[in-house]
This record gives sequence, C-alpha cells and structure tokens, in this order.
Amino acid sequence: MSTLSERVLGAPAGAYVDREVDIAFAHDGTGVLTREALREMGVEQLPHPERLRLVFDHIVPANTGTTATLQAELRGYARASGIDLSDAGGGICHQVMSEGVVRPGMVVVGADSHTCTLGALGAFATGVGATDMAAIWASGATWFRVPETIAVNLTGRLGGPAEPKDVALACVARLGMEGATYRALEFVGDGASGISMDGRLTLCNMAVETGAKTGIFYADAVTVRHLAGHGVAASPQAVEEPRYEREIAIDLSGIVPLVAVPHRVDTVREAEDVAGTPIDQVFVGTCTNGRYEDLARLARIVRGRKVAVRTLVVPASRAVLARAIATGVLADIVDAGCMVAPPGCGPCLGAHEGVMGEGEVCLSTANRNFKNRMGVGAEIYLSSVATAAVSALAGEIAVPEVA
Amino acid sequence: MQGTGPAVCLGNDVDTDLIIAGRYLRTKDRSVWAEHVLEDLDPALAPRIRGAIIVAGRNIGCGSSREQAVVALREAGVVGIVAESFARIFFRNAVNVGLPVIEASVACTDGAHVAFDLDSGWVEVDGVRRPARPLSPRMVTILRAGGLVPYWRSCR
Ligand code: SF4
Repeated sequence: MSTLSERVLGAPAGAYVDREVDIAFAHDGTGVLTREALREMGVEQLPHPERLRLVFDHIVPANTGTTATLQAELRGYARASGIDLSDAGGGICHQVMSEGVVRPGMVVVGADSHTCTLGALGAFATGVGATDMAAIWASGATWFRVPETIAVNLTGRLGGPAEPKDVALACVARLGMEGATYRALEFVGDGASGISMDGRLTLCNMAVETGAKTGIFYADAVTVRHLAGHGVAASPQAVEEPRYEREIAIDLSGIVPLVAVPHRVDTVREAEDVAGTPIDQVFVGTCTNGRYEDLARLARIVRGRKVAVRTLVVPASRAVLARAIATGVLADIVDAGCMVAPPGCGPCLGAHEGVMGEGEVCLSTANRNFKNRMGVGAEIYLSSVATAAVSALAGEIAVPEVA
Repeated sequence: MQGTGPAVCLGNDVDTDLIIAGRYLRTKDRSVWAEHVLEDLDPALAPRIRGAIIVAGRNIGCGSSREQAVVALREAGVVGIVAESFARIFFRNAVNVGLPVIEASVACTDGAHVAFDLDSGWVEVDGVRRPARPLSPRMVTILRAGGLVPYWRSCR
C-alpha cells in the first residue's frame, strides 16, 4: 500500500524519479529570475506552454517604477511564449491554482515555497527555486526524491471558536520548524472529511512551516464538490492504509484558539495566554487565510461594530472578492472600518501596502512571523481569522468566544 | 569538489528572510543581494563571509523559496555551506546555483579552518574530520558543472 505521494509520483519513498509535471507556475517575483535563467540557458522555445502559468501577486499593483518595469518585461514574455498570465488583481498564485486549475493526482510545481497548499486537492504539489523552474519550463519535467510520509491523523470535529488555522498552528507546534523536513504530511482520519476545502488549503499551506515538501489530503466528496463549483469534473481517490514513517494524532475537538508569537512559527501559545498584548495593525489575508470562508468569518464578527486598530483585509483572489461583494460580506467589513486592498499577497512579504514601522506589532493571519518580515523592527503574531477579528475590535489580542 | 576557508558560524533556523530581506528582491542586480546579505541577522557579517565557509546549525534556509538567498551568499564570496540540516528548497537552490552544500554535524568556532571534500564525503574543522551525508549523483553532477544553467548548456 502506498502513501498518496508515492501513488502520485509512481515510486516508493526514497526513490529518485524523473517526472513530467502537469502544472508549473511562477509569480512576479520568482518569474523574473526564471526568465533570466532561461535566457542564460539559451532556451527560446518552451515545449509545453499550456502547462505553464505566471501569476502576478507579490507586489501588485507595482509599487515603484523598477517593479513596474520588471513586471512589464515578464508580461511581454508571457504573451510572446504563450504562457497563461493571471495579471495583477487576479489573486495569489496558490489560490488561483486552487480554483479549477489543479486537480487530484496531478504533479504540480511552483516557484514559491507555499506551493504545498495545493496538496489540499489530492495533487502532489511542491515548491522549487527559480532556476529549477527554468529547467522545468524548458523540458516539461523534473526530478524528485519521493518523500517519506508523516500521517497527521485528525479525529473529532472542531468546536467552539477554533478553526482550521488553529489546527495548522497546533500541527506546526507539535512538529517544530524542521520536524518534517524532506517529508510529506498526509492529513488523514475521520476528522479530515469534516474539513472544508478552504480549511484544507490552510492546513496544507502551513505544511512547509514544518519543513515538509508537501501537505496532502485525499480527494473526496468535498474536493469533487469544490472542483465542480469551478466547472471541473473530478473523482475521489481511494483511501489506502499505508505504513507511514510516523504518525501524529490531533483531536480536533480539543483545539482552542492559538497564536504564534514572534519570531518563530513554532512558538505557539494559547490565545488566552497572550490576550491583552497591544497591537498596531491587524492583517487578514494571504494564501493561508484570505479565502471566502475567512472573509465571511471576519464579517460575522465585525458586523455592525467598529475596529479599534487599523485593519487591512486582502482577499486571496478576484473570485473571493467577487463572492464577498455578492454576499454582502465585503460591505460588512468596510462598514466596520477595515481597509480593503486588491487581491494579492499584500504586506505579507514586507515589500509594500501595509509594511510595519519599527517597534510596531501586527496580528496577522499569514503563515510566517520571521524577524523583520513585515518591516524592520516590527513584530508579527500569527492567528486565526476569528482571533484577528475580535482583536481588531478590541485593539489588543483577544480571544474569540463563539463559533 | 573541494573547498577551504575560515568558518563563519551561524545558529539554527536561519531563514531566507534573514539571508536576504523581501525589500531587496525587486531587482535583477545580484550585487544588491550580496551587499545586503544576512543584514537582518547581523550587518557585520557580509564583509566577513568572502572566502569563508558558513557553518550553520539545523534547518538553514527555511522559509521562502527565494533563490536570491543562495545567489546572495555565492555572490558575496561564500565558498560553501556546512550545516547539520538544510531546508529542502534552499538545499536544491544552492546546488542549482553551484554553491557547495555539506550536510554534517560539526562544532563551530568563528575563524576555525574548515575544509571539505564532497567526492570523498568529509568535512574537517581545525583538523577534526567528520563524515558528510552524500549528495545524490544528480546533484553532484549539477554542482560539478557549476550549477543547473551550465549543466543544462553542457547537455545540449
Ligand atoms: S501570501 Fe505571503 S506566504 Fe503566501 S505566497 Fe504571498 S507572500 Fe508568500
């Protein structure tokens, strides 16, 4: 019996395989270097442009003339070589890829470390660097070492105010920042089927925070329904019971709101223990928590009230934004005094649009709180959307109470 | 593949944001990355790593896939990186840009004499030799070619 990674890659753990890839994408940041590497390699013709994607998300719209020029060059390259481009405003690469592009059983590589997000759809999805991506664009294939797998056995159901982000933080805390290096995390167990697609994307997203090569869920009824919503037909993957390298169990019913404190993702405390910490900004968004369910959760909590600190909301994609407009979720968010920025990464990587000042504190729904990431001398706490929402209203870290 | 140089010691979990911050990424000018390499960890490090071997603890290069991190180290003159463990994308990136990576467990003091031989699979600090975890044959070939770009060109 094989793990899901072994099944998709077609070889046992530890083997080195050469594999054609189904989807290979880069973004405005890594795409520039991929293009440079292709130039240095002397590659002019790309054999499989239909498998390739460029997504402008990291600094959109461009913040300086230099950024704009780099993006213009890359835009021209995409057009000339037949690569599908999701231009500024379309959303974060991982989110865009989850909206009907990636399907169960695919081999997906992205020039971004959070490509593991897409394992939520039953694909083998992992991040590579820009030069690797150039070789993949030039050949349509790459090599992999098939990873050993750690099973994350989810039991029970989330209750109270806890949400999938709290599970992701619990998982990172359990494994540590390198607890799963070179490994795959396979999310299994009765509890897995009860987690929505948005929640699965959040969980797989943070797999890389444990060093993992990917996080992966079996495609099931939830996956099939999600893809049908994007006009894509898919079938569930048969669940096997392979021998895992290691297994950890997480009882979902025992999960409470958690917060990762500066400057490590695996230093996780109960929200209760850091309640009262003063904050200067709340940021709801990113490839971890900028999806529709997240915005709806935020709206539910802030509806009819006013936030007490500056609160920035960045939808993960245009589809997310459009749905939030259609359902009135966005109006609730704006009425509560939040700022809304165009779909993309926002200030997550500290380059623009909400960068923090020296000594300032941000409570963010992102996945990384590395030192100086969102601004030199700033501190980042990471939490769920519900925790971010009640904290925005309180002006300090607070604990959500109801689901 | 061999190298020698004085050790520059780093701790555990040095992430790619610390190696090169997001605010310096919007350029194709590699000298910018070399100039600001490791700035957020310690601004005094950049001049010290020329001709040196970085000896880190566990999980160096965790975080972002940004290849600018390994390019910055290479452009700043780092001869090789010895670490107890590497984050996987960083490891693959280093090989792809021709920067030798040696997975081994060694004690580090700044300035100690470090030598490594990837073909024979060892690293030496002040004369004390330790085994290095072998690289896959493909990685050795890419590294020997000077990185993935020259490797690719040589295959055509
Ligand atoms: S939202 Fe943040 S973590 Fe996600 S891809 Fe963008 S910069 Fe990376």
